[in-house]
Amino acid sequence: MRELTYSEALREALREEMLRDSRVILMGEDIGVYGGAYKVTQGLLEEFGPERVRDTPISESAIVGSAIGAALMGLRPVAEIMYMDFMTICSDQLVTQAAKMRFMSGGKLSVPMVVRTQYSLGRVHGSQHSQFFPVWFLNVPGLKVVLPSTPSDAKGLLKAAIRDEDPVLFVETGLLYRMKGPVPEGEHFVPLGKAEVKRRGNSLTVVAFSRAVHEALAAAQKLEEEGIEAEVIDPRSLRPLDLAAILDSVRRTGVLIIAEDDVKTGGIGAEIAASVMEEAFDYLDAPILRVASPDMPVPFSPSLEREYMPNSDKIVQAARKLLK
Amino acid sequence: MVASVSVVEDVPPADYSKHGLTREKLLWMWRKMVEIRLFEEKVEELFLVKGLLIGPAHLCYGQEAIAVGAVAALRSDDPIISNHRGHGHALAKDIPPRLVMAELFGKAAGTCKGLGGSMHVAIYPEKGALYSSAIVGSGIPIAVGVGLALQREKAGRVAAVFFGDGAVNTGAFHEGMNLAALWRVPVLFICENNMYAMSTKVERTMAVESIAARGLAYGVNCMAVNGNDVAAVYAATAQAAERARRGEGPTFLECKTYRRKGHGVYDKAEYRPPGEVEEGLKKDPLTRFRRVVLEAGLLTAAEMDSLENEVKREVEDSVKFAQSSNVLSFSELEKYVYFVGE
Repeated sequence: MRELTYSEALREALREEMLRDSRVILMGEDIGVYGGAYKVTQGLLEEFGPERVRDTPISESAIVGSAIGAALMGLRPVAEIMYMDFMTICSDQLVTQAAKMRFMSGGKLSVPMVVRTQYSLGRVHGSQHSQFFPVWFLNVPGLKVVLPSTPSDAKGLLKAAIRDEDPVLFVETGLLYRMKGPVPEGEHFVPLGKAEVKRRGNSLTVVAFSRAVHEALAAAQKLEEEGIEAEVIDPRSLRPLDLAAILDSVRRTGVLIIAEDDVKTGGIGAEIAASVMEEAFDYLDAPILRVASPDMPVPFSPSLEREYMPNSDKIVQAARKLLK
Repeated sequence: MVASVSVVEDVPPADYSKHGLTREKLLWMWRKMVEIRLFEEKVEELFLVKGLLIGPAHLCYGQEAIAVGAVAALRSDDPIISNHRGHGHALAKDIPPRLVMAELFGKAAGTCKGLGGSMHVAIYPEKGALYSSAIVGSGIPIAVGVGLALQREKAGRVAAVFFGDGAVNTGAFHEGMNLAALWRVPVLFICENNMYAMSTKVERTMAVESIAARGLAYGVNCMAVNGNDVAAVYAATAQAAERARRGEGPTFLECKTYRRKGHGVYDKAEYRPPGEVEEGLKKDPLTRFRRVVLEAGLLTAAEMDSLENEVKREVEDSVKFAQSSNVLSFSELEKYVYFVGE
């Protein structure tokens, strides 16, 4: 299969959806003439014109707000928020407006909108451009939260998100934009809420999201040398969450680690651990461990940031601790 | 660059026909203004006297001329976006009072099936009431997106978003106005300056006098009008809407009025200086309209009274309807969180 980078795969999804459906429009800061801060939208202004690819001022709440208005009228806007950190600026629009509209209207309103954003942990961006807090949005019924970890999923999930009838927060991993991988051509569609088992194994289950998926796979490789067979699962979306796939694995292995780039307290792992305890307590042979970022802002200094981030060694240590 | 705020003068009755204010339209305006007035009085009674309604409710009486004048100048398929003080917008958009009342009672027959409440009664897309935000200012950027879709649709529709003087101090207002001007969307930004943002008087929330002038900085066409003269609001809205339909972009319209009651139904508004309410009441839009059209012989007292009686019955009926309606069963709620199929 031909290979694309993660950002090329995203662009292909946008382009194919724009060709397929004239209601799909893009808006965001520097997405047109400049081609996007990370070049995801490069060439789309030239191909689709300024009506459909809209550069905006630095007005995050107006970007998401106007995307909502357009979606209410039947368009399918894809808004880009350059850094996940900037989601705090437009959260009223996404959390308190978009996510409530279907419910508050008794099902009459529909907001088929995607907000694409990315987190830059690991890119030496400092405390204010590295945050990853998808659980803030997981706490909001009415929103969907998608976390692609490979070029193939980036394309397939983005296409699914654009065709979804509800508002979707699509969180890309900045560090992966240049990562290459096989990506099916044409209609490649990954439904939201369907986990992928990245690697089979019976010794323990590692559930990982976004960049941490690759750390989990590297850890599984190392553990294999020690005779430990780790199963690695990437749920790919937080909401809807494929809990069944996680439970299925945990019931076989009895041991669960959650690897996540967000901070440990109140993070993704906390939610998944609680759900597993509720549904599969009797199958657990050991405490559930979380390998996450520590409870502090992201440090700037490159070596400190590396130390701060979850990595394969930390996952290996956690596995050894559980299986000793 | 837009030069200055254009001040729309009060419209003398002799000019009504010139503005397209036919007898039929005047009767409709009277009926709607009375409907809003009597509806709000009834709501206040249901809260404070009868104790049948609970939760927040922001009454709009005293401000009837704005909702009615503006909506009268729009097409029925022009979408509007309302706000927490939105009973009047809903009624002006011809949503039957019984549906609005049922929503206040939290009943399944309400405009939002009882899931919205007082601050969202004007979500009824069937009648062009597209959305209502209970967060101050947040409807403004949403209206810009609605305008974007209308611009693409090329069917000559315009959108109108209503908000109060408090909203012009939010970031959403400034971001939205800038984007609206930049994209020249067919949107009317209608500010109901009722002098108060909750308890805080407008001069304590802004260092400048003119709200309308705020639009100038963004290159938006700006108008100021007496919000208690329904004909003037109508004329200003019609002019702004025509401009937008021609593709000439958005207008910011400041309608000056007076919030005759507290912020919410339980607020006694004791923070107001002595004499202010009396002054405000003198400018009452209904009293003014009735006097003007009777003096000019445009409508008769008999027909105005007869409409008023009709509305009284309709408002009473709306309460009976709401009380006798059912509440959604809790098990139904889940299907409104996410799309579950047509």
